[in-house]
Amino acid sequence: MISFTVNGKAVSVADPPSTPLLWVIRDSLKLTGTKYGCGMALCGACTVHIDGEAVRSCVAPVSRAEGKKITTIEGISPDLTHPLQQAWIEIDVPQCGYCQSGQIMSAAVLLAENPAPTDTDIDEAMSGNICRCGTYPRIRQAIHRAAEIKARGAK
Amino acid sequence: MTNNTKWQVLTALLLLGFAGAFLALWSQQSTSANTGKTAPARGLSSANALAETGVTTVSAADTDAAAAQAAFERAYPVFVSPRCQNCHPSGDAPLQGDDSHVHAQNVKRGTDGHGVYGMRCQTCHQDANLPGANMPPGNPKWGLPPPQMKMVFVGRTSGELCRQLKDPKLNGGRSLAQILTHVAADDLVGWGWNPGDGRTLPPLNRPDFVAAMQEWVNDGAACPN
Amino acid sequence: MSVPTKMERRDFLKTGAAISGGLLLNLYVPDWAPARATQSASQPVALNAFVHIGSDDLVTVISNHSEMGQGIYTSLPMLIAEELEADWSKIRVQPAPVAAVYNHTVYGIQMTGGSTTTNSEYDRFRKMGAMARVMLISAAAQSWGVDAQSCRAEKGFVVHAASGRRASFGSLAEAAAKLEPPKDVALKDPKDFTIIGKSMQRLDTPSKTNGTAQFGLDVYIPGMLTAVVARSPVFGGKVSSFNGDKAKAVPGVVNVLEVPSGIAVIANGFWPAKLGREKLDIVWDEGPGGELSTVGMREQYAALSKNPGTVARKVGDPATALAGAAKTITAEYEVPYLSHSMMEPLNTVVDLHDDHCEIWTGTQFQTGDRAAAAGVAGLKPEQVELHTTLLGGGFGRRANPASDFVTEAVHVAKVAKAPVKVVWTREDDIRGGWYRPMWYDHFAAGLDANGNPVAWTHTIVGQSIFDGTMFAGFGIKDGVDAASVEGAADIIYGIPNIQVDLHSPKNEVPVQWWRSVGHSHTGFSVEAFLDEVAHAGGKDPYQLRRALLANQPRMLAVLDLAVEKAHWGGPLPQGHARGVATHFSFDSYVAQVAEVSVEKDGRVRVHRIVAAVDCGRTVNPDTVKAQLEGGIVFGLTAALKTEITLDKGRVQQRNFNDYPMVRMFESPQIEVYIVPSTEKPTGVGEPGVPPVAPAVANAIFAATGKRVRRLPIKSEDLRSA
Repeated sequence: MISFTVNGKAVSVADPPSTPLLWVIRDSLKLTGTKYGCGMALCGACTVHIDGEAVRSCVAPVSRAEGKKITTIEGISPDLTHPLQQAWIEIDVPQCGYCQSGQIMSAAVLLAENPAPTDTDIDEAMSGNICRCGTYPRIRQAIHRAAEIKARGAK
Repeated sequence: MTNNTKWQVLTALLLLGFAGAFLALWSQQSTSANTGKTAPARGLSSANALAETGVTTVSAADTDAAAAQAAFERAYPVFVSPRCQNCHPSGDAPLQGDDSHVHAQNVKRGTDGHGVYGMRCQTCHQDANLPGANMPPGNPKWGLPPPQMKMVFVGRTSGELCRQLKDPKLNGGRSLAQILTHVAADDLVGWGWNPGDGRTLPPLNRPDFVAAMQEWVNDGAACPN
Repeated sequence: MSVPTKMERRDFLKTGAAISGGLLLNLYVPDWAPARATQSASQPVALNAFVHIGSDDLVTVISNHSEMGQGIYTSLPMLIAEELEADWSKIRVQPAPVAAVYNHTVYGIQMTGGSTTTNSEYDRFRKMGAMARVMLISAAAQSWGVDAQSCRAEKGFVVHAASGRRASFGSLAEAAAKLEPPKDVALKDPKDFTIIGKSMQRLDTPSKTNGTAQFGLDVYIPGMLTAVVARSPVFGGKVSSFNGDKAKAVPGVVNVLEVPSGIAVIANGFWPAKLGREKLDIVWDEGPGGELSTVGMREQYAALSKNPGTVARKVGDPATALAGAAKTITAEYEVPYLSHSMMEPLNTVVDLHDDHCEIWTGTQFQTGDRAAAAGVAGLKPEQVELHTTLLGGGFGRRANPASDFVTEAVHVAKVAKAPVKVVWTREDDIRGGWYRPMWYDHFAAGLDANGNPVAWTHTIVGQSIFDGTMFAGFGIKDGVDAASVEGAADIIYGIPNIQVDLHSPKNEVPVQWWRSVGHSHTGFSVEAFLDEVAHAGGKDPYQLRRALLANQPRMLAVLDLAVEKAHWGGPLPQGHARGVATHFSFDSYVAQVAEVSVEKDGRVRVHRIVAAVDCGRTVNPDTVKAQLEGGIVFGLTAALKTEITLDKGRVQQRNFNDYPMVRMFESPQIEVYIVPSTEKPTGVGEPGVPPVAPAVANAIFAATGKRVRRLPIKSEDLRSA
């Protein structure tokens, strides 16, 4: 058994240690907000946090999660109040929406480490996440907006 | 180079190889000022390690510039092979593939050589290679040299690369012996010869590469012009 | 997040059917009610097939069109809410079941595509809202004993001003549903619109920011197994023999079974299924598909393009005009096969029983998929219950003329004898065919002494999409596939002598509509060649277009707006240059100006795209902008990055490493301007795509003097020194 926490809840799973964390999260834990897009860490749809760091769960063996804190999109806020969620809704970023869990999980790490990211910072933090619908301009705008929301909230 | 010296160095290398992953090496010098992340402290400081593994300094009497230069030229194609140069780029972006193209995801070196924000090397790269062509290669230390010591291989002539390698101002204050230790025993350097499915190997095998570097050191470490 | 359990759903269906049974007089009520009113605590009552209202006042709009990113789950409810006088905060939306009442008003089957949803439903959805409003008002008037004329609806209430009485829609719904629907209803004067034309927040956005949005891949039903299928490595190949012993030995693999499309590895999850598939030993009978190579096809196409094909359009006497022209130019353009590569790979869940079958999938093609599934299952279409989930992108791929991903899943369920989810890997998706066809175009133009084009001939070579589908009769006329020549045969430029003709070679590669279909290639070739014509005649590409659009006021306005906003002719950073293109598609007018630079190593940087669109009256302007933005990025990926090539019948790309998408750092600044219009709404999902590639290619010419005639644009062709 491999034990870790997901969004604050302790879980133990019997999947083989080399099973990608993504499929444990989806098929075993039935948390379906984390998406499969490529299976090769090329698209970012599967991004989760392991101890606060962004990880492409489609290539991370579940053994890497042992004893760690996993956060998925479902755990980023209980009520759509994360600044990124607020900004995403305000700007209507998603189109099909499939990649957006991963986009938000990557952006969350950026915003946690850099409260006022520049366009260059956004290019560097977000270029591992593909959006086939082409929402990049809005993702960029929403990250700037989320930074403002966060700053206002912090005052 | 005398037989005696050869044996000395070979013994040292054997010991070094044994000590392998426990040695503190270049890529572990990195700590991040901004993120507070520290590379795992895995071993002894270089100086201590060398003392304990018995590497002796090479004396000036053994020098043979032409032989050293020839030895370095033998080793050089390894440095600029994709397996090695892809993580020793001239800019701040790692390269990928046998064609050494810029890493497709706009990956950056960052303050510690391990990326930025949600694009840390470990976001995709695991402790070990994943099976399958084009799957992310892996190593516990996966990363670029830190920004204060970029150790650029890409686009360097053999002479330029050699001088950079030797220059303590550019190599993190390493001695020749420590350089040898790095090429011979570092786990991440070793990845180059175990690069996972579908990646070509460097043009020399590791023992031959190490032997060439050792010869270069033993012959006085003169650099190609 | 989870689908309702079977018991819950079945129970509801019974009661739902009972409720709607009482309303069947109404032409617009389907034969059974949809699965579940999202978030509605009470049983909603159907006022018609598209408007259901619960006693909790929630108005559920039933969407017969699939939400694949285009914002239709907001735009369609806006049409209803406008006429219903609903409280927008009470609006919910849910997918329609499959029923004739939900058929496309033009295409006659239930489907989403062709950038037609808003324009085809613009009248019907408003009418449904207005009818429901009239019924609610009648119910209130009857209960109050007043004249319906003296009541009005406002923000979810019926109000009798004289007496000050108010009743909420929810309190009136049941009584209203028993009334005879009005035969005819008056629709609002557009000047009274309070919702249509206003940018409304999308109803689906919150669920797409917290992981609760449910796509097909997110459907889990009790006892469900997961399957991946090993399909032929070449198109048209068949299994000759196979051995599944090693696959079966993988822990978690339940079974290995043959289906018509290949070998299905059925497991208790995706990962063991995928590992199992890697252990299969299969001998394929490749057939003629194993001989295919894009290099060979290109030679074949190029040869065909040298001679005219079946004429699609002829104006004047182009041969004589060419012969008499002061100057003639010719050029050949080519574009590759392209994969749709939606972010959500194809998948279908099937729960098959002796007398019924349930299917969950993200589809654009409900009627066809249900009929095809029924055929495989040996059931009647009515015995197949198809649930449309959210689509993680569609771009045409999920409207498959052969219902390939649905029928295969039914085949797997048949042999698996268990509920099963068939999942395509990214590699399956990219290698799975149904591509945008490869095209090869030959152009000639004749210019008069003033540099004005007087003759234009265009020979197009590429596979027919309609050929062999149920749409062949509709799409192919006199040997010309309309989708092959759209955007070319109907060019709106005022050139006096035109001929556009077509060769439709056949081969084993399955082809399909891909966002903007024929326009995806003609937009590029026509607009890039027109740029060549402008330069050959010594004219500014913008001014030449202006002159040729003298009789096209809507395109002219769009072109002028884009050019103005892009500061055409204005100063630019060193090395930057602009290119312009227009394209008329899906009845919408689009112009784009691209600003690019080219690095020494040949890498193209697209800095800015300015787009202007006239798509008639806009329903949700922010969604129009989003669709144009998305279309531009989609088109940019095709311009700069992607191609599907074949060698020995095998697709040479497999995932986003070798079929790469434009990423954030490559995404330009995009500005979209909408030309205000009171014309009827026209398409927006696709028209943003065609002008991108030519605008970029024309800008590259302006920057470097190098003409791009082949996509994707390759840096090795643009390297300086």
